[in-house]
Amino acid sequence: MPYDTTPAASATDEARRQLEICNACRYCEGYCDVFPALTRLTEMEPGAISHLASLCHNCRGCYYACQYSPPHEFALNLPAALAEVRQQDWEDYAWPQPVARLFHRSGLALAAALVAGFAALFAAIAALRPESGEGFYATLSHNAMVAIFAPAFVLPLVAVAISLRAWWRAIGGGRVALADITRAARAAGRGRNLDGGQGQGCNFERGDRFSNARRHAHLATLWGFLMCFAATSVATLMHYGLNWPAPYGFWTPPKLLGVPGGILLCLGTGALMALKLRADPALGAARVWGGEMGFVALLFFVSASGLALYAATGTAAVPALLAIHLGAVLAFFLLIPYSKMVHGFYRFAALMADRRAP
Amino acid sequence: MTDGNAPWDVAIVGGGNAALCAAIEAAEAGARVILLEAAPEHMRGGNSRHTRNFRCMHHGPLSVLTDTYAEDEYYDDLLRVTGGKTDPELARLAIRESEAALPWMERHGVRFQPSLSGTLSLGRTNAFFLGGGKALVNAYYATATDLGVTIRYNAKVAHVHVESGAFRWLELESGERITARAVVLASGGFQADIDWLARAWGPAARNFLIRGTPWNRGEVLRDMLDQGAESVGDPTQCHAVAIDGRAPKFDGGIVTRLDCVPFSVVVNRDGARFHDEGEDVWPKRYAIWGRLVAAQPDQVAFAVIDAKARGLFMPTVFPPESADTLEELAGKLGLDPAQLAATVDAYNAACRPGAFHPTELDGLATEGLEPPKTNWARPIDTPPFHGYTLRPGVTFTYLGLRVSARAQVQSGHGPLSNVWAAGEIMAGSILGQGYLAGFGMTIGTVFGRIAGQEAAAHAL
Ligand SMILES: Cc1cc2nc3c(=O)[nH]c(=O)nc-3n(C[C@H](O)[C@H](O)[C@H](O)COP(=O)(O)OP(=O)(O)OC[C@H]3O[C@@H](n4cnc5c(N)ncnc54)[C@H](O)[C@@H]3O)c2cc1C
Ligand code: SF4
Ligand code: SF4
Repeated sequence: MPYDTTPAASATDEARRQLEICNACRYCEGYCDVFPALTRLTEMEPGAISHLASLCHNCRGCYYACQYSPPHEFALNLPAALAEVRQQDWEDYAWPQPVARLFHRSGLALAAALVAGFAALFAAIAALRPESGEGFYATLSHNAMVAIFAPAFVLPLVAVAISLRAWWRAIGGGRVALADITRAARAAGRGRNLDGGQGQGCNFERGDRFSNARRHAHLATLWGFLMCFAATSVATLMHYGLNWPAPYGFWTPPKLLGVPGGILLCLGTGALMALKLRADPALGAARVWGGEMGFVALLFFVSASGLALYAATGTAAVPALLAIHLGAVLAFFLLIPYSKMVHGFYRFAALMADRRAP
Repeated sequence: MTDGNAPWDVAIVGGGNAALCAAIEAAEAGARVILLEAAPEHMRGGNSRHTRNFRCMHHGPLSVLTDTYAEDEYYDDLLRVTGGKTDPELARLAIRESEAALPWMERHGVRFQPSLSGTLSLGRTNAFFLGGGKALVNAYYATATDLGVTIRYNAKVAHVHVESGAFRWLELESGERITARAVVLASGGFQADIDWLARAWGPAARNFLIRGTPWNRGEVLRDMLDQGAESVGDPTQCHAVAIDGRAPKFDGGIVTRLDCVPFSVVVNRDGARFHDEGEDVWPKRYAIWGRLVAAQPDQVAFAVIDAKARGLFMPTVFPPESADTLEELAGKLGLDPAQLAATVDAYNAACRPGAFHPTELDGLATEGLEPPKTNWARPIDTPPFHGYTLRPGVTFTYLGLRVSARAQVQSGHGPLSNVWAAGEIMAGSILGQGYLAGFGMTIGTVFGRIAGQEAAAHAL
């Protein structure tokens, strides 16, 4: 009986088929955390495969190194097989379900529609603006903003938490210790799984040659995002805790975090889009390429419109820019559980559960 | 291609490890180099793309290698596997030069990783390639391209034109001629030419599987021998190991190997045992079984284990046939149920109590059984039972070109003035029989580099 080459029934079965070959080979052990975790497995249950899939950062090292990549009958394309499992998990575990499927499939169009819709909404609200108020709040009252954004931020996070909890159980994550969090934070903060195991980087936009472009772009996006997030949080604390409302000058914490953060985010997402255009789509979850691209584009738009808003301070463009920026931010928040953005949560959880990793 | 007829300094025949090392050295010496690879781009790299490590002499820790592996120990290891069938001068040269080869490889893009899980015993002697041999091949192609080497895929060399002791031009299968001042032959062995194997070994060879590339068909080796080049190595022999019988005819590579033999009972098509499954230790055992299976009717054998043995050996790509009774398993394997049951019963009855140690020669042997099983002999009695089909898988052939210590090809009338050879095509001088894990890449790297330097020096 020759090797069975009929396509596997599901994404999980296909990944298992390929992982069994990898497990007998192990040549790629040094590229990332997936292979060491694989060799420690005794049974390839769906949960274990989900865990491996989220450990994979799609660096593609194992594809270009594989002596069994297509047209070999073993047809190894592990980056794509694991991307499909990840995508399936994000859809299957997302809550509530119907919203999830809709967004994963046609993310780009929906994101654009949302931004436009929300921008219109903000413009309308602004029309009812209070007579008093300074800066932005001359356009939109602070309370109105909080009333919209607080739930728009909290509810998606609740949705993510519900999904993640179910997924954590499925992969057998177990009790979380502080060490798990610090180990995962170290790995994520440095993009360790994007460095090819030895700092040479990914095989992404240059075929079988390595490059750190994707790792750097991703780190810029990650840190830029976190700085923007920190800027908003600090500003909220200042507003309520110190009774020090916006606008803030440049030499204040919100601006010192937000402006460089916005620039990093802008550069990082711009670079990610450029890289994605050059990489081979067949080594990822090809059917959601558009949705992924749309999500990066949205993040880029959030940062770019934010920077534009800052640059336009004091001009007549502020009301329009503010409506657009806030529309983008709101769309982004609401899409967190149903877009590529969730990858951050799943990956972090996967790193936490990978207890034997360095 | 317009440059096809340009007079090249150095032409390299082949696209595996030896060819690439030669191309890089020649290009670094300033030569204009063309590399001719028979395979299409996605299949480039010959058997080198299937490798995982190379064996390296070293004094003190070197890159990923631990401790020390000195020349004499290395040489003794070689003598042990070849039974002395080696050219001491070339062998010692390969061993000594391996120490400088490792940093050279790293400088040219190869990355190493610590010994893979399951192969810790090799951590001192063998440096593993990060990503395996295909990653190494990719790195060398990138380096060669950056050095300006012209690379031609789908460029099978059909004839090496030699006239009065010197090479003149190459003729491709397409009829195209490539002229160069010097040539390096690095096109591997002939194991993918099944007709040739069958002529050398006998018709049984038609049932052999070829573990590596389908492109190593020995056209260039044959052509050179026909033109009077001197040969080395036994023309009738090939290195074969027992692999999973369901592996593809070509290119199954490393994952088709089966490590279950020591924990099994191995029977032939007729359900009879034919050799001591507990003999010897890895890696020698690995190679013995290729020949043993090749000598059985239909060149096939079956390894039967019980539930106790699962997990004692590296996982396999192909799941075994499984059944709750030996009779049922026999049916699935196409064996006579009564015969298999009788063979296993006789074996079980010959097993003796004692301590079982899967990782060492434990001396747990059968008594009064012919042939005996001298280690790891535990009764096969715990269902479910599992069965694997074994077939001979050919790694490489031994016949090759005789070369000097400068890798120059020899003819009956002395060396050919501008022809060098490296890698499997000349490895028979050093590996006259048997195999030492990781030595194929050492030979290819060391002699590939020498051949590239010499060819460039001649041409420039
Ligand atoms: C499954 C497997 C695993 C192995 N693992 C190891 C290992 O871990 N370590 C180790 O040291 N050795 C290993 N070996 C042995 C090793 O592969 C060889 O010793 C080594 O690759 C030989 O290198 P080479 O460059 O001489 O030949 P190859 O790498 O086989 O290259 C030959 C090249 O010549 C080309 N070619 C053939 N005919 C022509 C023609 N007529 N015209 C043009 N081009 C032609 C081929 O396409 C190919 O590119 C392994 C072998 C196999 C099969
Ligand atoms: S991707 Fe290919 S080379 Fe890498 S471990 Fe898997 S089978 Fe081996
Ligand atoms: S694509 Fe990269 S991260 Fe994913 S499994 Fe392969 S080597 Fe690991």
